[in-house]
Amino acid sequence: MSEIPDGLKYTEEHEYVRETDSENEFLVGVTDYAQGELGDVVFVELPAAGDTFGRMDVFGTIEAVKAVSDLFSPLTGEIVAINEALGEDPALVNSDPYGEGWMVRIRATDPSEIDGLLSAADYAEHVDA
Amino acid sequence: MSDLKRTPLYSEHVALGAKLVPFAGYEMPVQYPSGIRAEHLAVRDSAGLFDVSHMGEFLVTGPDALAFVSYATTNDPARLSEGQAQYSVFCHENGGVVDDLIVYRLGDQRFRLVVNAANLAKDWAHLEGLASRFDVQLKDESDEIGLIALQGPRAQEILAPLSSEPLDPIGFYEFAVGTVGGVPGVISRTGYTGEDGFELYVPSDRTSALWRELLAAGAPAGLVPAGLGARDSLRLEMGYALYGNDLDDQTSPIEAGLSWLVKLDKGEFVGREALQRQKDSGVTRRLRGFRLAERGFPRPGYEVVLDGEVVGPVRSGTVSPSLDAGIGTAYLPPEVGFGDEIAIRIRGRELSATVERMPFYPDGSVRK
Repeated sequence: MSEIPDGLKYTEEHEYVRETDSENEFLVGVTDYAQGELGDVVFVELPAAGDTFGRMDVFGTIEAVKAVSDLFSPLTGEIVAINEALGEDPALVNSDPYGEGWMVRIRATDPSEIDGLLSAADYAEHVDA
Repeated sequence: MSDLKRTPLYSEHVALGAKLVPFAGYEMPVQYPSGIRAEHLAVRDSAGLFDVSHMGEFLVTGPDALAFVSYATTNDPARLSEGQAQYSVFCHENGGVVDDLIVYRLGDQRFRLVVNAANLAKDWAHLEGLASRFDVQLKDESDEIGLIALQGPRAQEILAPLSSEPLDPIGFYEFAVGTVGGVPGVISRTGYTGEDGFELYVPSDRTSALWRELLAAGAPAGLVPAGLGARDSLRLEMGYALYGNDLDDQTSPIEAGLSWLVKLDKGEFVGREALQRQKDSGVTRRLRGFRLAERGFPRPGYEVVLDGEVVGPVRSGTVSPSLDAGIGTAYLPPEVGFGDEIAIRIRGRELSATVERMPFYPDGSVRK
């Protein structure tokens, strides 16, 4: 069984959104389920800080041995940081998807969009289906 | 996956937590929980255990066994003594490859042909069509034989205590008949990884027992079960051809860089005229290896670009765990040489690559 922490928000495309201490800033990564399905992550292509994305725009790609997947921005906003550690060690996405395997930090321009995302229970149902 | 066949090791894979995928009509382990990269590196550093029981085995016997195998394959089985094996291909008359295989000389009038599972039915029909002119019997033993590959620099050390036969005298592409852990079979120093290692042909109903015994015996040396994912990246680092990717009915062994398998002076064989022509007047394409100069994953089917023109698809491709670089193969015009630049189109972007001599990974422990 893959891990689906309560308190995070999810997309149907298997990204998660985690609140941070800074208002309107969120950490985005892919779920434990997604990394399990992808297998070994070979590298992650991420945008640059300052880039802006609309909701569900492609903001990067994740290359795994089995397949390549687009990464979709769960929220409209601006990238304020990327996880530089993934350049050196993309396997962090496999080993710690919700922690050290985070991908981007995004400043949401419309924080109400968060309400349109899936809860942990909704997402669990989604991946089970 | 109800139509898929299972190897004798299916329940072992399930118990080990393998991820099973359909492959060549079988439900096969693509990886175990430690992942493809870890399995790959374990084989390079220590040893890995592979289930390759899906491979097909044909037994050829009879007074014309040697003549038949020589007629059906491009390599020269007359060069084999009992206890020796050779890599070879079956060709069509036009020189296209029906399949690649290993020929084992089990006896004077007795050969085992080990073929790809995906081609088993095609190979069988092809051979039956040729056999009528020869005094031979063909037998498909694929369901009776299980096949385990033990590969890695520590393979011999792991196998030796279980083997009835001394292993050191068995050279590369040689074999002995004996027992391993009490299970009778063929102990062959062959493999598909570039590391030293053995392939063990044993009765189907004893394969599971041997698999467990080997895993237990090898664990202290770092032996791990390894799946098809690692098998593919290991073989590609060595530039070993994979049928369906690098070889198919339309590619010839000359084009594929397998000229050394084509013995034009041995007498009549299927495809000889076409291959002679290709050797005399040259080929219009050659299978070459390339390495990406930048980070990327060159997947099979991606377009290969030479001087602004698409010249064909990537045939095999991966990110090499040993080299940490994207590597692959493609058919390129023969004038393209080592060190030349090409590009691989990856989702709209052209990534530069250099044509490189294979193997990409020359440091394996395989005996030469």
